[in-house]
Amino acid sequence: MSMGKSLPHDAAPLHVTGQARYVDDIPLPANALHLAFGLSTVAHGDILSIDLSAVRAASGVVAVYAAEDFDHVPDCSPSLGDEPLVATGKVHFVGQPIFIVVAESHHAARRAARLGRVEYRELPALLTVDDALAANSRFENGPVIWTKGDTAAAIASAPHQVEGRFEVGGQEHFYLEGQVAACLPQDGGDMVVLSSTQHPTEIQHKVAHALHLPMSAVRVEVRRMGGGFGGKESQGNWLAIACAVAATRTGRPCKMRYDRDDDMVITGKRHDLRILYRAGFDDQGKLTGVEFSHLFRCGWSMDLSLPVADRAMLHADNAYHLPAVRIESHRLKTNTTSATAFRGFGGPQGVIGIERVMDHIAHRLALDPLDVRRANFYRAMVEAPGASPPDPEDISAEKTGQGEGDLTSRGRAVSVGSHALAADGAVQTTPFHMPVEDFVLHELTAELEQTSDYRARRAAIADWNAASPVLKRGIALTPVKFGISFTLTHLNQAGALVHVYQDGSILLNHGGTEMGQGLFQKVAQVVAGVFGVDPAAVKITATDTAKVPNTSATAASSGSDLNGKAAKAAAETVRDRMAAFIAEKHQVPVDKVRFQDGMVRVAGEEYAFERVAAWAYQARVSLSSTGFYATPKITWDRVRGQGRPFLYFAYGAAVTEVVIDTLTGENRILRADILHDTGTSLNPILDIGQVEGAYVQGAGWLTTEELVWDGKGRLTTHAPSTYKIPACSDRPRMFNVALWDRPNREDSIGKSKAVGEPPFMLGISALYALSDAVAACGDGAYSALDAPATAERVLDAVNRVRGDV
Amino acid sequence: MPCGKGQGFLKDYNKAITKGRGRVARFTPHRAATHTASNGEKAAGWDMTGIAFLLNGTPVRVADQPPTRTLLDWLREGRGLNGTKEGCNEGDCGACTVMVTDAAGSRALNACILFLPQLHGKAVRTVEGLSGPKGEMHPVQAAMVDHHGSQCGFCTPGFVVSMAVGQMQGRTDHDDVLAGNLCRCTGYAPIIRAAEAAADTLAPEWMAADSKALADPDFFFSKISSGGETRPDDLPVEGRQRRTPDGHAIGPGEAAGQEGQTAPLHAFRPANSDELAEWYQANPDATLIAGATDVGLWVTKQMRELPKVAFLNGVTDLQQIERQGGLLHVGAGVTIATLRAAVAPTLPSFGELLRRYASEQVRNAATIGGNIANGSPIGDGPPALIALGATLHLRRGDVMRSIPLESFFLEYRKQDRQPGEFVAGISFPEQAPNLRCYKLSKRFDQDISAVCGCFNVTVTDGIVTQARIAFGGMAGIPKRASAVEAALIGEVWSEATIATARAAFATDFTPLSDMRASAAYRLGSAQNLLTRYFHDLNGIPVSVLEVQP
Repeated sequence: MSMGKSLPHDAAPLHVTGQARYVDDIPLPANALHLAFGLSTVAHGDILSIDLSAVRAASGVVAVYAAEDFDHVPDCSPSLGDEPLVATGKVHFVGQPIFIVVAESHHAARRAARLGRVEYRELPALLTVDDALAANSRFENGPVIWTKGDTAAAIASAPHQVEGRFEVGGQEHFYLEGQVAACLPQDGGDMVVLSSTQHPTEIQHKVAHALHLPMSAVRVEVRRMGGGFGGKESQGNWLAIACAVAATRTGRPCKMRYDRDDDMVITGKRHDLRILYRAGFDDQGKLTGVEFSHLFRCGWSMDLSLPVADRAMLHADNAYHLPAVRIESHRLKTNTTSATAFRGFGGPQGVIGIERVMDHIAHRLALDPLDVRRANFYRAMVEAPGASPPDPEDISAEKTGQGEGDLTSRGRAVSVGSHALAADGAVQTTPFHMPVEDFVLHELTAELEQTSDYRARRAAIADWNAASPVLKRGIALTPVKFGISFTLTHLNQAGALVHVYQDGSILLNHGGTEMGQGLFQKVAQVVAGVFGVDPAAVKITATDTAKVPNTSATAASSGSDLNGKAAKAAAETVRDRMAAFIAEKHQVPVDKVRFQDGMVRVAGEEYAFERVAAWAYQARVSLSSTGFYATPKITWDRVRGQGRPFLYFAYGAAVTEVVIDTLTGENRILRADILHDTGTSLNPILDIGQVEGAYVQGAGWLTTEELVWDGKGRLTTHAPSTYKIPACSDRPRMFNVALWDRPNREDSIGKSKAVGEPPFMLGISALYALSDAVAACGDGAYSALDAPATAERVLDAVNRVRGDV
Repeated sequence: MPCGKGQGFLKDYNKAITKGRGRVARFTPHRAATHTASNGEKAAGWDMTGIAFLLNGTPVRVADQPPTRTLLDWLREGRGLNGTKEGCNEGDCGACTVMVTDAAGSRALNACILFLPQLHGKAVRTVEGLSGPKGEMHPVQAAMVDHHGSQCGFCTPGFVVSMAVGQMQGRTDHDDVLAGNLCRCTGYAPIIRAAEAAADTLAPEWMAADSKALADPDFFFSKISSGGETRPDDLPVEGRQRRTPDGHAIGPGEAAGQEGQTAPLHAFRPANSDELAEWYQANPDATLIAGATDVGLWVTKQMRELPKVAFLNGVTDLQQIERQGGLLHVGAGVTIATLRAAVAPTLPSFGELLRRYASEQVRNAATIGGNIANGSPIGDGPPALIALGATLHLRRGDVMRSIPLESFFLEYRKQDRQPGEFVAGISFPEQAPNLRCYKLSKRFDQDISAVCGCFNVTVTDGIVTQARIAFGGMAGIPKRASAVEAALIGEVWSEATIATARAAFATDFTPLSDMRASAAYRLGSAQNLLTRYFHDLNGIPVSVLEVQP
């Protein structure tokens, strides 16, 4: 069986030899043109005039397009229709495209793009959460509020209370391959698009809309991305649309790639936010009630902010049963780049808030934070499923926002009001009333506690700290529980296409995209398992909207779950036809046919797979099939904030140990121990790679990765020289990663669990290890460490707990 | 670079130094300049058709390219070698890493900020050139597959090249070898596992091919590199070589149109410091390019046109280090990597600071002269050198002068450097037991300092007798902390003295807030670094980098 094998990434030999092709590596016809955007230099203003004469006159420039060159400026938004390809009269952030330069070379386009002269009447810019709150500038009419129980009373009557304010920074994706797209005009105005995108169907939809073509006239192909992390779910629209428009107008192939600095200025990032919290708890730290306010800085356009903020609410509990809870979520509109999807999609922002509460409670009660966390865990997994979830609302009744509907995007959302939820029954439920039936964290945490030697190390650290005047260590264990499924229910579907050729070779295509996560290999392993052949015998092909239509973004960690199932269905259809054919030939029941080891075994005979394929072809048996999958069980009423939005939860926990310098705030991770739940892994080594990478990326979000905007709304950290993702030596000195290899209780592909996003939140343990180290410097005050915990913030916190400030 | 004796500029400067600081000395160039500024075509010294190097083992000649054409763009757009990736186009991500070999050996460099003329006479090997003659994988490539070191694969070619160079050199300091390569997928753990596995294997024989070819006296490059004499007919010329009626190759100015550059471009490549001095005096408006780790960004990011440039990589007499009379004399063209190796044994703290200077690729390109002449307030070389009491040597024409390094920095981006004058070298003590260099940055490796504090205090019988303290990131220039020094000198070396001296920082410095740190953090942490220094000299652990899990 090929599922479950630790095979290397299918493209690894191509990666290491430089032969793996990314969009910018694909040769284009010699007459191809190159695009660059002219960008806004002010955060908010009316455009008074645009003088592009110098741009047009610049060497190599073929065409220049501004708003006046369009009857209808194409829209690039995945949600509200609020992202004009080029600014129409107003600019809303520094970096907003105002005009498009089409030139003979990439450099000529970039050079010319700087020659535009734009006059603005500057308007007051809303740059911060406070600015936006003061101006009541927001998406949706008011905050989204979910409540469960009488939270105010529950907190007030508790023996102890904490409250606080927590600033959490955003995060630049820093995919190593920047945004890029190329368009090749075809017969009759059709368009072929090569795009580095997680969402080919979205690109297809938006390009078709921009060109006034049916979707069938646009074909999008994606072989691989050089990293995505959510940053290529919607942000590639601009480049693909610009190229499509220019290619249509010039009749020549067009390519656009952002220079790194432009990429960082233009594209959206992880949402930063402020979290306000108030909690009541007993002497053991068990919560009686908790209130959160999420103040999200969404930027200038809606993009995917609503579902991102929803998912933060959906993860405000993380692993903990909240008996009474109130979550208030503000989606604030500011004159900054539009925040977008990023690994975890709001989940990390929700999780980090309740983990802060746990840390704060433990500090208040002088308890080991692990004990406080454990006291609040959901009840252990129950074997019999609990009460069935509430009936679903008819989602077809949803209205999209003011703009056009974008069925294909997670950004499609409706306005939401305030709704009270009923109190929970016998089975513990989430704040949105989903029974938690698969909770494994009691066992998982116990195992990690032991394998990481958590208790002994905590004691040793206390001793070490007592003898170390300048340097202090800290340790923390944090868990994660992450819901798997798109919260926009209809996106939980996938298609695949499998051909068996007459020579026995197998071609696989599905709607998922490859961004490094190893999806293609995992799905190939599934298909190889169906046919009983070596995975190397399954030809992996580029994602192509002409082969599999109506795909969802490769996002929400859903890639393997959805596409694995769809591909399995397709492969089984073909295999079953082959089986029926060969069974009939041998006059045996079809269930006596076995596909194993590259052979087909039937009635005591054994034939090579390719021989059976050739016979089946000659017998006029169809050897091609599509496959389809729709996730079962899920129902979600976003309006009421109720239902079962997730098929299951993925779990994990991490122990991180850090050391800080109390004189400078310098800090580093010494060791991380991780135990992560992948169900029965489809490919353990690829899953470990996801866990290791996600942890380091998550720790980076909370330590060195700081986005800084100046008072004019300009991003000052717009290059790797100033924005610091973890480098090689920032990984933990000791890094022990293991998989919690128990089958998923739900019927997922091979009983595996999704792994893309959940381990990102394991990095949160680094922040609370730092908090623990800071606590070792003082004698009472809580560290209240904001994120990212740069050296500067750590030093501030040290001074705070020492009473030096 | 070996520490030579009496080569190049040093014997002349040594005379100047012995005459005392700040004195101006005149000397006679020891080699006649081969080109003169008034000599028309020859004054340019050189045109782009003269650039030749080995590319993956094959000789190539470059023509029709502007002098500031980067290797990365040329590889990808001109040669179809797309394995080398553009990740940031500013030398910070390493996706474009290539191996460059010359007589001094092989090293990893960032192709995105490497101009073609810098490669003249060298050998370039890209990821496509790492595999063996029969297509067999290099051991680091195989190890990366075996250990699952690639996910999205985009950074992988750069990693593989850095690893191959490190493996060939027997390096096991993988974190340093790979500090200049960013990966966003793996968290680095599998890459390090691959590097460790590959370190146990022998470098394949074919990796020595470039060194062998360059060392072969019969090889055509010997002609090119010795005198700039080329045999145009021997090599296929890259690109369209257009010729004027009289047969001269058209310079890059005309060819530059395709890049959108319109200004005429002149490039000069002096073969020694005398040629440089003479030409630069006559062309004081020119841009001198040594490692191009900063100038590269003027081109790739600011899209500046550099109408007149000189490439200093041929000025070997400024690339020497000499030890004499307890001093290290370091030529301006010495790379940070070479300087690091030279200072590490006797000035370990300075060596450690240089370990954290940018990345392997940048240290292999950047020169100490460039680091100083650039005048940046956040360069890491000057604070340490000022604390060491370094003397800077400047030359203009045949006039040279030597000044204390701190007096070179006048105000933000303004230095005591006359038109046509260039930094020739620097001299500093090779011993300073109490020197400690502290760099504060958001990330430990490959980051620019928010604050760089360097302390060199002499305590005799419990009393501070001398103090040289200098900071980067605290003012518009690398600056001495004179008030702090004054508050220490003559006092008992004690916590009480430190506490008093801390207040003097506000006299010396009024730092700014920027994306790296706030003014308050800069001032507060600078004060704390003095406290750290006190603890450090007392043997109390102060570095988080030295704590083991």
